[in-house]
Amino acid sequence: MSFSRRRLLTTTAAGLGAASAGPFFIRDLRAEDFIKVAGIHDTSGGLDIYGKQMVATMDLAVNEINAAGGLLGKKIKLINYDPQSNIQFYTQYATEAATKEKVAVVHGGITSASREAIRPLLKRFNTLYFYNTPYEGGVCDRNIFCTGSTPAQTVEKLVPYVMKKWGKKVYTIAADYNYGQITAKWVKKYTQDNGGEVVQTDFFPLDVTDFGPTIKKIQAAKPDLVMSALVGAAHISFYRQWAAAGMNKQIPLASTTFGNEVVITSPEEHNGIIVAFAYLEGIDTPVNKAFVETIHGKYGIPHMTELATMTYHGVHLWADAVKKANSIDRMKVIGALEAGASYSGPAGKTTIDAKTHHTVLDVYIGEAKDKKFNVLESFSQQAPADTAAVCDLKKNPNDNKQYVIDVKT
Amino acid sequence: MDYVIILALQICSAVASLVLISLGLAVIFGMMRVINLAHGEFLMLGGYAAITAFNKGVNLWLAMLVVAPLTVGLFGVVVERLVIRHLYGRLIDTMLATWGLSLAMIGFVTVVFGNTVSGISAPLGSLTIGAYRTGAYEVFLIFVALVLLAAGWSVLRYTRLGLIARGTMQNAGMAAALGVSPSLVYAVTFGIGAALSGLVGGLLAPLSGVVPTIGAAYIAKAFITVISGGAAILSGTAIASGLLGTINTAATFAFTPVIGEVALLIAAVILLRILPQGITGRFFRRAL
Repeated sequence: MSFSRRRLLTTTAAGLGAASAGPFFIRDLRAEDFIKVAGIHDTSGGLDIYGKQMVATMDLAVNEINAAGGLLGKKIKLINYDPQSNIQFYTQYATEAATKEKVAVVHGGITSASREAIRPLLKRFNTLYFYNTPYEGGVCDRNIFCTGSTPAQTVEKLVPYVMKKWGKKVYTIAADYNYGQITAKWVKKYTQDNGGEVVQTDFFPLDVTDFGPTIKKIQAAKPDLVMSALVGAAHISFYRQWAAAGMNKQIPLASTTFGNEVVITSPEEHNGIIVAFAYLEGIDTPVNKAFVETIHGKYGIPHMTELATMTYHGVHLWADAVKKANSIDRMKVIGALEAGASYSGPAGKTTIDAKTHHTVLDVYIGEAKDKKFNVLESFSQQAPADTAAVCDLKKNPNDNKQYVIDVKT
Repeated sequence: MDYVIILALQICSAVASLVLISLGLAVIFGMMRVINLAHGEFLMLGGYAAITAFNKGVNLWLAMLVVAPLTVGLFGVVVERLVIRHLYGRLIDTMLATWGLSLAMIGFVTVVFGNTVSGISAPLGSLTIGAYRTGAYEVFLIFVALVLLAAGWSVLRYTRLGLIARGTMQNAGMAAALGVSPSLVYAVTFGIGAALSGLVGGLLAPLSGVVPTIGAAYIAKAFITVISGGAAILSGTAIASGLLGTINTAATFAFTPVIGEVALLIAAVILLRILPQGITGRFFRRAL
């Protein structure tokens, strides 16, 4: 056997190549021990008060599942992305999660705009998507599960409750974009259905901070109650100016959006405001008390909202479905979720509605009191009737859009 | 009757709020021809100064009326010495520099205080007028706007300081030849403009709350008011505020808040088309 120089070079090169490739193979094998899950939540920028608590509850859910032995014999690895309240980062991170990390599921999105930016993208990459925020309803797409409440679930209960308590003349003030516009229509519909009247509806761009003229207009209209669907940092001024004018003692307020505002405003400003959500911190069950304690203590989040709690439910719903399907394959998991998947947690019972991929959930009416919400009444298992009116994924599994629900008033 | 009073009060309040948010800019842009794009952030800084001082246990009035203007005034002097003084007479460059300053201030405040809303409750309680109620604090702000206008006018009209300031703004070379140090006058004037913004930022904090990006809500209206007002900074700002505030409030009452904002902008566009030099470019030309 002759040993030519060329031969020596090739064998050494191959040997070196194999040696250097070794660690990569091993790393790949180790990666297979994890099931990757992505969370895309704004933990900086204008939406960070919501994003931070959603990241906390997602982390809590993943830790719980891992502590109980993980999924399919593997641990879950949570990859958090911070899109900085910027839509452009949403598409970038969703693409990265789906293609580079090849995650089993993406949870995330806070505003409807961010959801609509990544929903088509994740569908194209065949990556399952959970959106856990209350929103205006109407999304119809078999690749997405929306676990938050929609107006038909909350407004339908809130309006008759406050009308019975305070009277039939309603003045609506709402944020001037699709959520506010659609919610205002639902308020009008349910007010009329209950024999009342909406005397006036005013919309405000998201940067308005001066509500002086509106507060005087409301006094001139003399409604029995004011229904607010105001959104965001600037609109908090309304509650302050309302209280400064002493109006909080004259005309009562109800709201579909007043949530985390309870942390920022003072008790004199918010006591007595009545709200309806699929979750309130004051829910009096042992499971919720333990949940709230962990989030306040271990994660240092001062106040929990529906967004964060439904994120927690969403992760558990997905994990249970993976166990049932015995696979992380997208279609098998969707199948398991559609087969009436259900999770009972801090927000009560949340069940997937196969027709709409929204959830049947418990709705709570609560009253703001000293930086917290006390539960006044609860309604179990409310169906997403608004989305169901326009969306049937059993009949049209290839549907892929957000319908604008035509509210008949 | 009470409705008429409350409507009039609301118009005064809208006018006063325009006067207040424009006053600091009127001094810096109107007198010194520095396009201060960080004006909104000066207001924001005033708000944070007041709220931080209040949370540290300082009396609310002291926090709003003393701490806020002092903090922002000193900050303004530092900015003038470090950045602005190199850029006098270079309109576009001041614009770029102050825009950068505004971004830096938003970033800095976000890092220190977080990108969340902070606020304090408005003092003074409420006033009852017939069947209506309004915040007494809003009425107080109308009073503050009047006092600031009167004080500004008296200083410019009757004091030596005002005379020197006006002289330096008109012809710095001549003022220097007469023994005035223009750079000192510029620094003081910029500081006063900044302090006014800080004061107003502190005063508005209880009504609107503060968030690092709140400046954006003020800056456009402030510029529109000052530019519509024209060369005479005080009377121009007052007249433009009166006109635009009335139109805004009337349209808000008659239609919706969105239409109110649109009406204000349309009025400003028409005004500048007819009077490109602003209101005091044509009328009251010798006013202050």
